[in-house]
Amino acid sequence: MKPEIVRGDSADASETSAVENEQLLSSEKGAREATASEASDHIRAKDEMLPEKGGRGVSRKSMVWDFKARGEPFLWGLGGALTIGIMMIVGFVVLIVYNGLLTFYPKPIERVVLKSGAILAGETTRSEVFRPGPETLKNLSPQDRKLVEDLNGYATRNLYRTGNFDLYNDDFRWVSDYDVAEIHRPRDLIFLERMEWGPFIGTIKSADFNGKIVDKESLKWDELKLQHRQAEKRRKRVKEIERDQLGAINHLLERDRLKLRKVEIKHGKQSAEYLRTLEDLKGKEDELQSRHEELSREAAILKELDAKYTVTMADVGGREVNLRISDMVRFYPANDLSFVEKLGIYLSRWWEFLTDEPREANTEGGVMPAIFGTFCMTVLMSLAVAPFGVMAALYLREYARQGRLVSLVRICVNNLAGVPSIVYGVFGLGFFAYVLGGSIDQLFFPERLPNPTFGTGGLLWASLTLALLTVPVVIVATEEALAAVPQSMREASLACGASKWQTIKNIVLPRAMPGIMTGLILAMARGAGEVAPLMLIGVVKMAPELPIDQFFPYIHLERSFMHLGFHIYDVGFQSRNSEAAKPMVFVTTLLLIFLVFLMNAASITLRNRLKRKFFTGHF
Amino acid sequence: MAAEPRGSNGTVYHVKAGPDGTLLSMKDFSLWYGLAQALFNVSMTVEKGLVTALIGPSGCGKSTLLRAINRMNDLIEGLKCSGKIVLDGTDIYDPSVDVIGLRKLMGMVFQKPNPFPMSIAENVTYPLKVDGIRDKRILKETVEKALKAAALWDEVEDRLNENALSLSGGQQQRLCIARAIAGEPEVLLMDEPCSALDPVATAKIEDLIDELKGRYTIVIVTHNMQQAARVSDNTAFMYLGRLIEYGETSVIFTNPKVDKTMEYVTGRFG
Repeated sequence: MKPEIVRGDSADASETSAVENEQLLSSEKGAREATASEASDHIRAKDEMLPEKGGRGVSRKSMVWDFKARGEPFLWGLGGALTIGIMMIVGFVVLIVYNGLLTFYPKPIERVVLKSGAILAGETTRSEVFRPGPETLKNLSPQDRKLVEDLNGYATRNLYRTGNFDLYNDDFRWVSDYDVAEIHRPRDLIFLERMEWGPFIGTIKSADFNGKIVDKESLKWDELKLQHRQAEKRRKRVKEIERDQLGAINHLLERDRLKLRKVEIKHGKQSAEYLRTLEDLKGKEDELQSRHEELSREAAILKELDAKYTVTMADVGGREVNLRISDMVRFYPANDLSFVEKLGIYLSRWWEFLTDEPREANTEGGVMPAIFGTFCMTVLMSLAVAPFGVMAALYLREYARQGRLVSLVRICVNNLAGVPSIVYGVFGLGFFAYVLGGSIDQLFFPERLPNPTFGTGGLLWASLTLALLTVPVVIVATEEALAAVPQSMREASLACGASKWQTIKNIVLPRAMPGIMTGLILAMARGAGEVAPLMLIGVVKMAPELPIDQFFPYIHLERSFMHLGFHIYDVGFQSRNSEAAKPMVFVTTLLLIFLVFLMNAASITLRNRLKRKFFTGHF
Repeated sequence: MAAEPRGSNGTVYHVKAGPDGTLLSMKDFSLWYGLAQALFNVSMTVEKGLVTALIGPSGCGKSTLLRAINRMNDLIEGLKCSGKIVLDGTDIYDPSVDVIGLRKLMGMVFQKPNPFPMSIAENVTYPLKVDGIRDKRILKETVEKALKAAALWDEVEDRLNENALSLSGGQQQRLCIARAIAGEPEVLLMDEPCSALDPVATAKIEDLIDELKGRYTIVIVTHNMQQAARVSDNTAFMYLGRLIEYGETSVIFTNPKVDKTMEYVTGRFG
């Protein structure tokens, strides 16, 4: 180190005179450095530094605004980064909410006559500006070409939802504006949602109410509505019979079969027990079978009746289609609706979406099973991850001897948080489903083999897999929260004669609870939105049964389930027509965000209550 | 009876004996934090029913000594000690001694008020709660008795279920004293109980110590020499981990036998 620099700096700081400096030097550094030559060296050095020091002093104390010194550019950078982040989030939320909320609002139907003479009718979906290719331009009439050229070679095209998939093999159609001859909005065009084939757009020709033919002129709207309501009632009854009642009978039959199989496995086919059980079950089975036939007959009668009530519809091209009234979900004259009627349709669609089951490969109908599945899985996951994570963190922080091993464990836990989620899915399938579930099947459900019970993906395994995925978040957050509990609290408790566990239970845990809850909320938010591992371990496109029903043991953790996140993927990318599914993607996304938001809000409220209880006043 | 200077390792020792004799006696007690020695062969007695003050400059080991008495130092990793602290004929550092049981015999009040973030009543009953006492009547009696003893009853009588953290600093410290005596301890250990309080609150605590004297044996660590002079019967002066002089308070403050003590109590250092 050069003596100049040392002196220069110290002189800078303490504005002592040269003489004082000499005294200081000799007294401070003592005999070690007090040789005459060295001392004079230092003084010379100080003299050299003086002018510069004066110069620096002026600039340092000046009141002129110094751009760099204020750190302002960094502040702008930080603020800018935050703003960009917030804007992206807000933009995303607005996009989702806007698209999600508008999807169910009834849109007008336009009847478009093309210059080629063709006619089509459809809901206006969206429009975009495009640049027609040279081939297309060449084939246009001179006036049309001029029109396009006036717009610098651009043209507009509209996407119409034409429906009538059974007739057209397509749901949507692009129409360029230079192809259009005229556009009307006829009042008699009907938008009809069907159980199958998607919507139908066209006019009513005639109706057949059990042999009573009514033509278009004399058909009253109210009568059609009335018939539709009755048909809906019949449809619901058929569904009730086929799904619930026949389902229950099948369930009971299956249970008896399993009971018999169990006896067979235990005692053998020739044993007295087996024969006695067989005899017992025989009577029951016959009774169930006759009940089954009875219900099937009722359903068949209803279906026969359904076939007698039909409506004949015609598309704009005049092609006719005969429809059962019971297959109609909803129909309305799209261009002849008041605001209140539109609102009614809008709300009824939301209601169907939230409370019904999906139909038509998930692109129509509701998502109730998916909402239920997401909710159940998130709750189960939280129930699993909370004690597991908190106990692990408690041991790590409070009991384990803080050493190299604990550091290693901590690093491993943190690294677990960075493992790709699909890896957890593979682990869940390999370990939970095949190893654990397989063993459970061998031990407890041998009568059902080779059909797996727990030996395949299901609600329980999915929840546990996600719990494993999110446990690092909980451990880290809990450790932080435990470390933040003041030592004085623990000492006060120990000094009262409490044992370590009593201290943890009574003082440390309650006090750390808000922090632990924060970790749980983060874990829950992550788990609720996770899809990749679930695809391997229990989520299905269409679950036949909910995980909770009226049969013992009521909660069926082994069942596969539906999930909103997977539903979005499935609807958006695995369905017949991704254009038709796009609005559903937005609605489902909106719902998923809302569900996560709701669950988070609930736990944040809980956390804030705890905070109020434990964090008032100051220490 | 004023005992003769007897001491060991150069300690000058001339305490006022308690009316019921000696409660605690330390013999050559030394303590290390890792490799650093904090206490050097401390030998002294704590007389039953009297107030013993520990004074000395910062870092002299008086808090360490106090925390050695109820083994709060055990929480620190790498702690070693030698010598004896004898309570009722038992060395409290003997492996057979149950630390939790020992701490139940000692109430402790800390430097900063540290009530639990619970209601006032729950704070007071905490020592009973950890003993597994659930009887509502006993708990209620204890709350009243301890709060009255801590001179806090009149102020909080009608808000026993309010959060203790809503109390003022002085009230919180008296609550901590109430909590410390709720478990009926033999000894009350106070680690600079007034250092975070204003003069009015300090005066209240000092009055309280005066009242509690006799019922409990009190050991108080203090930085404030006037306070030691006002509240204590015996005063121990410590310096750099050593007990320099231990004797009757009036003697220590007016006519100490060791020069270092004289320098300290007259304010020439420390």
